[in-house]
Amino acid sequence: MIKNFWENLTINQKLAITAWVFLAIPIIFYVTIRFYPTYEAFYVSFMKWNLLGAKKYIGFKNYLRIYNDEDFWIVLWNTIKYAIIGVPISLLISFTVAYYLNEIKFGHQTIRAFYFIPFLTTAIAMAWVWRWFYQPMPIGYFNIMLSWVGIPQQPFLKSMEQGLYAIMAPAVWAGLGFQIVIFIAGIRAIPKSHFEAAEIDGAGRIQILKEIIFPALKPTTIFLVVISTIGFLRIFDQVYSMSEDSAGGPLNSTKPLVLMIYEYAFDIYKLGRASALTVILFLLLFTVSILQLWFMRKQK
Amino acid sequence: MKKIKLFLFSIFGSIFILSSIVANAVEIEYWQYTYKARVEAIDKLISNFEKANPGITIKHTNFPYADYRKKVAIAISSGDGPDLVQLYYGWLNDYRDSGLIQPLPKDAFSHSEIESNFFKMVSSMKVDGEYWGLPTAVRSLALFYNNDLLKEAGLSGPPQTLDDFVDYAKKLTKRDASGNMIQEGLAFDGGIGQTHHFWREVLVRHYGGQPYSDDGQKITYNNEAGVKALTYLTDFEKTHKTTSNGFMNRGQDGFAAGKVGLYIDGSFRISKFVKAEGLNFSISELPGHNGTRYNFSSFWANALSSKAKGEKKEAAAKFLAYLTSDEAMQIWLDTVGELPAKPSVALVDANKQHELYGPFIRGLDYATATTFISEKPQRQSVVDAYDMVVLQGMSPKDALAKVAKKEQELLDDFFGN
Repeated sequence: MIKNFWENLTINQKLAITAWVFLAIPIIFYVTIRFYPTYEAFYVSFMKWNLLGAKKYIGFKNYLRIYNDEDFWIVLWNTIKYAIIGVPISLLISFTVAYYLNEIKFGHQTIRAFYFIPFLTTAIAMAWVWRWFYQPMPIGYFNIMLSWVGIPQQPFLKSMEQGLYAIMAPAVWAGLGFQIVIFIAGIRAIPKSHFEAAEIDGAGRIQILKEIIFPALKPTTIFLVVISTIGFLRIFDQVYSMSEDSAGGPLNSTKPLVLMIYEYAFDIYKLGRASALTVILFLLLFTVSILQLWFMRKQK
Repeated sequence: MKKIKLFLFSIFGSIFILSSIVANAVEIEYWQYTYKARVEAIDKLISNFEKANPGITIKHTNFPYADYRKKVAIAISSGDGPDLVQLYYGWLNDYRDSGLIQPLPKDAFSHSEIESNFFKMVSSMKVDGEYWGLPTAVRSLALFYNNDLLKEAGLSGPPQTLDDFVDYAKKLTKRDASGNMIQEGLAFDGGIGQTHHFWREVLVRHYGGQPYSDDGQKITYNNEAGVKALTYLTDFEKTHKTTSNGFMNRGQDGFAAGKVGLYIDGSFRISKFVKAEGLNFSISELPGHNGTRYNFSSFWANALSSKAKGEKKEAAAKFLAYLTSDEAMQIWLDTVGELPAKPSVALVDANKQHELYGPFIRGLDYATATTFISEKPQRQSVVDAYDMVVLQGMSPKDALAKVAKKEQELLDDFFGN
């Protein structure tokens, strides 16, 4: 029966069916692993649920409590700080490195590899190494270096002012490798003839940068801005590993949204509140992505 | 043909016999978190128990502490998981409310026997007229001090009072020429570790208060006693400068490295310090105040999960009875270093006068177990209050008021007030 059915099909129909069989795998994956849990998160965000008992519908109460929770606003601001400070710094560094790295021939690959290795390293392992770097004097590498040049000890992770930046640093560092590689690829994709024409016309280094490289790299830059903004808004591993007791402290000064979600879900088992926070994070990421897509469209 | 028949017959026969043996053996599961000494102790106890009870086999599962509560909760609620499970006493209300555990059968565990045989704090396992679990071992706090550093500072014997404690800490602190701390007088991890227990059950009580109401539903530390206790605690870092949160990573690391004079922790830390090379330390009871002493005790209890039914429940109860026997308690003390949960085992002279365990065991006499609803967020209150005073310069009074308000909301939420 099935054999007959198959044999009666035209080649085009067979091709289409074969294609859909293969396409079905990612579709099933997305529907069950991505879309369904997302839908569940929306659903649970209107419930009171401790993971074990029955879910109880409570309307917008979770959202209301989040709105009235002063910690939430601190945490939201922290999350935004990670992104609006982390993204420009990391793009600036990675572009500068990519620009100069592109010009050197000697040791190019080795240096590029050095920049890329942190991207491949497990975030947790790296965060712990940095955590030790930040220790006070007898063991902390950074403080020892500061003492060589006569600068007083810095509290780094123990400080409410420095903590967030101390945690941001390894996150920026870890992302550099990827950004540099993409920037180099972007620069190399610019046709040589443009540079040659510019040289003939007597354009200087800065002019070439401004008139040729920057405009040509716009799509690359927007892509990196989108990717790294999302990355920073979702920061978790570094904070979880580097803040004392994984609490995002001192006094919530380094806690991002994802860590707050994790605490609500798996420390105090308020799955409803955690889901509501997830929805908020989702909307935040969604808005950022849509805005940036809109920018891209405008460029065309 | 005949041979084949005989062959088949013997195969079926042996399968039948095997399956009847298998059917007679009850297999139960025991869960705890991964900690080398605890795993070894349970393995030893299981093999002793299985020898004495050939019909019962016990499968021992353990996994990292970080995932412990989550996994237990999910496994039991989906009908999998352990028949007998270890839980921290501070989680009792949570587990009970969620229907993860069942009361201990009264015929096997008589209440009057429990009450006369176990230390007083075990009564925190009794809720609604039922016992929900029993410990093999209990914990208390004591003061670790570095003999060499004390001697160097001209001090003899451990500090006996809270005032001595400050004095000792000052004398044991050393700084280099540019003012960087190179030796810490007294190590506190800013509320983490055992510090929050020390504040709640020792300092608050010394200053005339108690941390929570007797039923655990109301915060009672937000008053003068609490403020005095928090001032005393934070002054070490803020005023006396004998303490620096994060020095040598954690207090226990600094103490193990011989760079910390005084350090408060539980008996389970002994094994770490014994292994630390070149560390010459002693242990004493926590310092007292106005002639009284207080201590904090806690324990991990063994409870029957709600999944255990019929013969599995019987087998699990039998193993639980063994786990809470005198023999098991002594094995636990020798392997893990946690204190026996019965005075009859703990308070024998050999244990009481023991150079290392003695101070902890003597501390059990005047120890209280806090009734937590969930330890982590409640610990966070103390950590935050500490940071508000030390990092933000807030007054202890304002800091306490702030964290108390938030913690009370947590309690109200839990008790449905």
